[in-house]
Amino acid sequence: MFSEFLKGIIRENPTFVLMLGLCPTLAVSVSVVNGIGMGIAATFVLLGSNIIIALLKNFIPDKVRIPCFIVVIATFVTIVELVMMAYSPALNRALGIYVPLIVVNCIVLGRAEAYAQKSRVIASFFDGLGMGAGFTLALILISAIREFFGAGTILGRQVINAFQPAFILGMPSGALLVIGLLLGFFNLLKNRQKT
Amino acid sequence: MNPKLIHSAAFKLRSFPQSGIPPDKRVLCGIGWGKKTPPSVSILSKPRAKARGAEGLIVSPAPHLHKKESVSRIMWLVVLSLLPSGAAGVWIFGFKALWVIILAVAAALATEAILQFSTKRKISVLDGSAFITGLLLAYNLPPEVPFWLPVIGAVFAIAIGKQIFGGLGQNIFNPALVGRVFLMASWPKYMTTFPPTLIKNLLQGGAESYDAVTSATPLMLLKEGSVIAAKRISYLDLFLGKHGGCIGEVCILALLIGAAFLFYKGYISWHIPLTYIATVGLFTLTFGHGGLFSGDWLFHLLSGGLILGAFFMATDYVTSPLTYKGQIIFAIGCGILTAVIRLWGGYPEGVSYAILMMNAATPIIDRYTRSRVYGASKRKA
Repeated sequence: MFSEFLKGIIRENPTFVLMLGLCPTLAVSVSVVNGIGMGIAATFVLLGSNIIIALLKNFIPDKVRIPCFIVVIATFVTIVELVMMAYSPALNRALGIYVPLIVVNCIVLGRAEAYAQKSRVIASFFDGLGMGAGFTLALILISAIREFFGAGTILGRQVINAFQPAFILGMPSGALLVIGLLLGFFNLLKNRQKT
Repeated sequence: MNPKLIHSAAFKLRSFPQSGIPPDKRVLCGIGWGKKTPPSVSILSKPRAKARGAEGLIVSPAPHLHKKESVSRIMWLVVLSLLPSGAAGVWIFGFKALWVIILAVAAALATEAILQFSTKRKISVLDGSAFITGLLLAYNLPPEVPFWLPVIGAVFAIAIGKQIFGGLGQNIFNPALVGRVFLMASWPKYMTTFPPTLIKNLLQGGAESYDAVTSATPLMLLKEGSVIAAKRISYLDLFLGKHGGCIGEVCILALLIGAAFLFYKGYISWHIPLTYIATVGLFTLTFGHGGLFSGDWLFHLLSGGLILGAFFMATDYVTSPLTYKGQIIFAIGCGILTAVIRLWGGYPEGVSYAILMMNAATPIIDRYTRSRVYGASKRKA
């Protein structure tokens, strides 16, 4: 069970290895707060959808499985969105359209299709938890780099005053740059490990 | 396969035969797709090989003339052709401009050396290509930027713009322009603050005129709608560089001297620069402020970075198409994009963005303008 959890963080990290869910990653990783918020929301949806789909796997007809998955996922996304609106309206405003868009987040649908519909409930639970944790950690890493160099702050607090922040990192092009460089770095590490 | 033929083809990479593509490309082909996959072999064994580098490499029977020409020699002569414009920039803006140039070049060379050393590749700092990148980047900066700006720009240009793709011959985009656009997006405040020229102050009586701390470039004035203010700058002033602007782009005369040298040596052909400039002229003439064919085309040609971009950056061997036909398409694209950005875009100047966008289109242009392999049947495109 523990390995199901761990694989989502490093070996099958959704952002850096599976390359899934890049659209919200590019869009919301401007600040660490947004990254954490998005990560937790996606993790909750992943957990819920993985458990429900693993429970229902014998009742879902194969031909219409994707619509069924989407209905389950959309239910959890609606819960997340309502909770976020009620308790953290600022975060909801910052994430904007990307909260409802978790419905079509490739990670959630991908895990339902590739894992939960063939696995037991407990395993699916840990799979969802690991994938969510991997996604959250990746978002925190990217958004920390972007926030630090793009605004000179971490979690909204001024940490350094020594240099002029580069605006480009706050823009989507900066997100692509950071993700590309991180991917190259992780692949380098992987290649080193192999040899 | 005839070994003699292979030898002559490889030999030919560094020679100058009379054929469809400009000779300078050939030299770079030899470097870009060097030892690992010799293009000569793949062509000879498969005349219709799809490998890049195969196209246009026409092998004729021996004997071949050998010319003592190398990438590094061409690069250093391009540096030489760029010097008059740098000197003019220093004369116009003062020694601060010289510091910007020195910092950018030094940072570019150091980055190239460090990256090649740390990735255990052959260190080729002295081939002049990194020097050109640093130089062109500095020419695209305002003269009074803080000292770290040219350094960061040059590091970014070499590291992200060039070495990440595999070094000289592999990069998709012109590294100097990558650096410039990165700085433009990151620190727009510094990149659009232009000090007044020293000459102007001298003409106004020698004393520093404090009422003009910053002066806009002619294109910025035009963008802000003050056509009259822009018009106060005479064509001669534009030609000689007596106006605000980037270090290397203001003095058209010096740029033309350098370009004439490159034409004389045959390192650039007329196809890209002249088509580019003509397209911008035609476009700005056609879509003027006062209706069709009322545009001030000469003003557009002489201001901004058009001349620098057309002669020295759009003609970059690595990032422009191989065939003459492709080069003309490339240059028309650059011209239209530049004019569109200048006339209707958000920025006053569009040369760097236009060239970068057409750099991205270069592979597809090359694909559709490939010269036909002699003896092979016509294929559908």
